[in-house]
Amino acid sequence: MLERTLPILLATVAGLFMAAQFFIPHPAMLRIYNLALDWKQIVFGCTLMLGVVSLIRFHWRKVARRAPGAFYSGVALVSCLATIGTAFFGIETGLYPWLYDRVQAPMQATLFALLAYFVASASYRAFRARSVHATLLLAAGAVVMLGRVPIGDLIGFDAGGERWSLGSLASWILDVPSLAAKRGILIGVGLGMISTSIRIILGIERAYLGQSSGEGQGRS
Amino acid sequence: MQWFDPAKTNILIPTLVFVGLVVGYIITARRGINLFVRHIPGLDAIDEAIGRATEMGKPILYSPGLDEMDQAATVASMNILGRIATKAAGYETRITVPNRDPIVLSVAQEVVRSAYQQAGRPDLYRDDDVFYVTYSQFGYAAAVAGYMVRERPAANFFIGHFYAESLIMAETGQTTGAIQIAGTDSDPQLPFFITSCDYTLIGEELYAASVYLGREPMLLGSLKAQDMAKLLIILYVLGGIVGAFFGVNLDFWSGTSGAGAGG
Repeated sequence: MLERTLPILLATVAGLFMAAQFFIPHPAMLRIYNLALDWKQIVFGCTLMLGVVSLIRFHWRKVARRAPGAFYSGVALVSCLATIGTAFFGIETGLYPWLYDRVQAPMQATLFALLAYFVASASYRAFRARSVHATLLLAAGAVVMLGRVPIGDLIGFDAGGERWSLGSLASWILDVPSLAAKRGILIGVGLGMISTSIRIILGIERAYLGQSSGEGQGRS
Repeated sequence: MQWFDPAKTNILIPTLVFVGLVVGYIITARRGINLFVRHIPGLDAIDEAIGRATEMGKPILYSPGLDEMDQAATVASMNILGRIATKAAGYETRITVPNRDPIVLSVAQEVVRSAYQQAGRPDLYRDDDVFYVTYSQFGYAAAVAGYMVRERPAANFFIGHFYAESLIMAETGQTTGAIQIAGTDSDPQLPFFITSCDYTLIGEELYAASVYLGREPMLLGSLKAQDMAKLLIILYVLGGIVGAFFGVNLDFWSGTSGAGAGG
């Protein structure tokens, strides 16, 4: 009973407080809000330990079982423990920042750079003119890409004292139809967020606790 | 001492109207009135994806995104994970959930464990299937992409809030031939998912998903309230356009600002 009620009660109280504090500029509310943020950091720090334990256990089991890919699990284990170990000898200087700057940061940058190839392959699929919609997308994409580079402003003509170029057409596509669609999506997202929050505050959405929503309540 | 910030009136009034609509529709739903909800193809395809994984004897991959547990998209993702895990457990199909945030890991483990219990197969649940990867954004993407290439899951779900790593994961999944269903409220990532995935839940559909899958009357009520709120916004925008033609200003919010601390 308590196992089910207490988390819902906590979620309701915390949710109502967070909603109220947004509108109430009283210093006491701000203090409690900041305290809640501090606690969030503390809880996060503790759960990070859970994450590390999960990671080590996951890879250790693979190594112990000599499962396929156990070698890579071994590399992950050694890397994780070595990084933690080097941090004890200094975070600002020594091996720890060296590992970050010379190993982790370049690997992350490499992966980020791979995005260019993934964008190319995804664009190839998206821009194939197989239907009217795809053709429109292809045309809009071509106009925007050309219009956002210097040559886009050179392609066009002057009429009525104004410059009509691919650049201005690209800006129109981005500022009018594209932005309208984006705002439509964002309004829907905002309403969805508030709706989810209300369901949690009212205790009718509880799947995040590992229970089906509406469980324990009379269904109509 | 101030107990109300008048600069936030423009947020308070629409919020109260929307809360009133949600509560009103929930009460209506509890009375047993049937509420129609339109079909969402991406959610209808979930059964197809799970069925395909079952037929092929391959696992299902579920990525809950990169955000933390205090974000609504992650909460919505956990709700959907519960539904998918219950179905997967019913079919005795393995579901793996790599996590970036340790709090999300704890919640995901609990959600999947409960789902297996609800499906009557707690014996099939394995702690190692819901695991922690790394807090690094691209480290996470590399791990998920590597898993896809090695294990070849038959169905990939990317449900939650994603950043630049979305395309790396979705394109890798595309090359492995998996059926892919994505859902995100991150509008910059939507084009990538739409291009690389078979079905994409766009924006609010992510939040509607757990309601849609559960079909519980009380939750359906909140979904109808969202639709009604959208109708009100559309009417207000149209009123503003017509008003502008006749020189009538419907902008009641001038002079108020939504900016403020502690939000």
